[in-house]
Amino acid sequence: MEFFERFAIPHPSPLIYASMVAIGLVMLAIVFGLTYFKKWGYLWREWLTTVDHKRIGIMYMISAILMLFRGGADAVMMRLQTAVPDNTFLDAQHYNEVFTTHGVVMIIFMAMAFIIGMMNFVVPLQIGARDVAFPRLNAISFWLYFAGAMLFNISFVIGGSPDAGWTNYFPLAGTDFSETVGVNYYMWALQISGLGTLMTGINFIVTIFKMRAPGMTLMKMPMFTWSALITNVIIVFAFPVLTIALLMGTFDRQFGTHFFASTNGGMDMLWANLFWVWGHPEVYILILPAFGVYSEVIATFSQRNLYGYKSMVGSMVLISFMSFLVWVHHFFTMGHGALVNGIFSITTMAIAVPTGIKIFNWLLTMWKGKIRFTVPMLYSIGFIPLFTIGGVTGVMLAIASADYQYHNTMFLVAHFHNVIIPGVVFAMLAGLTYWWPKMFGFMLNERIGKWGFWFLSIGFCLAFFPMYITGLDGQARRMYTYSEETGFGPLNMLSFFGAGLMAIAFILIVYNVYYSFRYAPRNVGQDPWNARSLEWATQTPVPEYNFAVTPVVNSSEAYWDSKKNGHQLFKDKISKIHMPNNSGLPIIMAGFFFIFGFSFVFSIWVGVILSALGIFGCMAYRTFENDHGRYISEEEIHETEKNFGGAKE
Amino acid sequence: MKIDQSQPLEYSTQQNQMNILGFWIFLGAEIMLFGTLFASYFTLENGIGNGPSGAEIFEITPVLMETIILLTSSFTIGLAIHAMRIQNKKATLAFLAITLLLGLSFLGLEIYEFIHYYHEGATLQTSAFTAILLTTLGTHGAHVTFGLFWGLFIFLQIKKRGFTPETSNKSFIFSLYWHFLDVVWIFIFSFIYLKGMM
Repeated sequence: MEFFERFAIPHPSPLIYASMVAIGLVMLAIVFGLTYFKKWGYLWREWLTTVDHKRIGIMYMISAILMLFRGGADAVMMRLQTAVPDNTFLDAQHYNEVFTTHGVVMIIFMAMAFIIGMMNFVVPLQIGARDVAFPRLNAISFWLYFAGAMLFNISFVIGGSPDAGWTNYFPLAGTDFSETVGVNYYMWALQISGLGTLMTGINFIVTIFKMRAPGMTLMKMPMFTWSALITNVIIVFAFPVLTIALLMGTFDRQFGTHFFASTNGGMDMLWANLFWVWGHPEVYILILPAFGVYSEVIATFSQRNLYGYKSMVGSMVLISFMSFLVWVHHFFTMGHGALVNGIFSITTMAIAVPTGIKIFNWLLTMWKGKIRFTVPMLYSIGFIPLFTIGGVTGVMLAIASADYQYHNTMFLVAHFHNVIIPGVVFAMLAGLTYWWPKMFGFMLNERIGKWGFWFLSIGFCLAFFPMYITGLDGQARRMYTYSEETGFGPLNMLSFFGAGLMAIAFILIVYNVYYSFRYAPRNVGQDPWNARSLEWATQTPVPEYNFAVTPVVNSSEAYWDSKKNGHQLFKDKISKIHMPNNSGLPIIMAGFFFIFGFSFVFSIWVGVILSALGIFGCMAYRTFENDHGRYISEEEIHETEKNFGGAKE
Repeated sequence: MKIDQSQPLEYSTQQNQMNILGFWIFLGAEIMLFGTLFASYFTLENGIGNGPSGAEIFEITPVLMETIILLTSSFTIGLAIHAMRIQNKKATLAFLAITLLLGLSFLGLEIYEFIHYYHEGATLQTSAFTAILLTTLGTHGAHVTFGLFWGLFIFLQIKKRGFTPETSNKSFIFSLYWHFLDVVWIFIFSFIYLKGMM
């Protein structure tokens, strides 16, 4: 029995037991449903073993939405707990666990997955490619992300959740102050999904450099592809830092090293530095693809070409470079001295300049445009003022001396939600609505979508703007409760109300999927938005080979030119197409990674060794494997194209 | 699959070219990985606590031998790739085998070195300095170990399949990896051992 005691929850509550039962029931229902409808084979052949970038993208986005609800539940619990003074809904330990998992889930498993999913679906289509450069590696990336996400999510029913914040500062995250296995989960879940992200980074850089359609020079790439390229460059240079930091953290917790301890020569601030050397580029990894989405959406629905293409590219390159030079602003109060703080204060303020250039470019794109107020456009228009407020409060936080007042208050919480929600979340919802017809062949309902937008925007303002005020009044972040005398009560209640509106918005958005799936017309054509870039030049939904004939491009808006200026996109004849084979290896390998992570969390060394052998066995199998892919014959392509309504030759 | 005859075999298909570019980018990530280790090393170098310092435990002889062995192996993997370019299978296999044997002896010496540190009382738990020292050396050593298996598999594939676009591509990429480990070792030798002994 002693062996099993380690899996017990150290700090149980009825809520956790209820979630345990719910998880069990949902899993039973899924297994039963798949068996009853005989879908196991379909699921395995068409999805779990797929190497198709479009399907991998869709799986990323489905996982991201699931994680959004998981992280959202945490958010609502936090707002509920702080809605009234001296609340007892959650105790201090639970509150610690809830804000930790909220942060990690939303950043790593929701936002990252959403942007990578969107890049997966859109980028190869926008550059006229058949798939990514390494389709098998792409599947491994997804399944590693998925294994990491699942590992993180079982923490709260087996062994206990991490509780040291998503920033996981040592020594708080060390074994002295965080005794459960929770932080071990944090280390391994991030490590495994981080590996997947790094591979995505390499994969997309090569894809974008090597697989663009003929004629598409770098400066003729659509802006979303540009943002994806730069994001992936940041990924490749930022994620190895996290890998090492997590490795050192794991050693400190499980092998008794003293990297981040305050004894035996260790230095706790090293963690904070390494974490933010990764962490600050990470926030630009999130926001740059969002900027890319806005660039596409605003140009399409203003029916004008994107204003300032070159300055858009230049400012993104500048942002990516500077994103590595600002990390110290996360801990001005740790006492670096005036010179260091001053330098990082200036770099932080300077990074607002390229961002500002982009804001003006979007405004000038809309100027004199024939604007159509669709759902994606509403999100984009809502983004501009809201994000600007977030940016301005960011510059306030960048003033090192004033930061001593703002640091670790709700003001900071309001600031970063103010850039992440209107920045990243709005963009993902805009992009999802925009590319939805390309993915599934029908449009999302505009009316429900607009309700969702207004609930989300108003809910956002009500939830987060009060925090600026309570933060300036001195309400600290991550405090599970406060007394009535502080006077924070009414504004926190308002925040809770806003959080409720946001929850309604997300439910509306999911309901919209259901509603549109049932009632929306299916004959939307290949270009329902009258859009401008290549992904709209192929059939809807997209055939597995993407383009029957590789398009030839001569401008950054090739499809628009083909519609308005008579540019001929498809010049070649249809010929057989080489495609990669599906493979079960990625999901099996990720399964081994999951077992590896889980065993390591609990220091079960037998499991660690066996699963490590499994991982290396998969790699060895892969290197000896003879897999040259397959060809789709001309007849088959003709047949497919005819079913879509006529081949284009 | 189109094979471009004007290119060396390892660059002859589009997939091969992408594999090589992808691997260069991966090496960029590896530079960040080792860069982070070095940055942490320089930060924690003086954090010796109650444990020994670098000057007290470093021994020049095994380290110098390791360096010479690894540099030689970098030379022989270069010869192996040259032999591959001129389609000499026997020489390729021979040089690849020599490279792997040199790698193995490097690893043996490194294990000896670790045992020596253990007897000197410098373990992972001793101090932040010993921990980062062993982590940095260990990460490099783990890369070499991985490379030994990888190289062995490529050896078997060339032996069985000869020079195809795939096997030559794999060999070339492996040689990049091996050279990279050599470069990292030069930094370890200069900035950890020599600096520590001064």
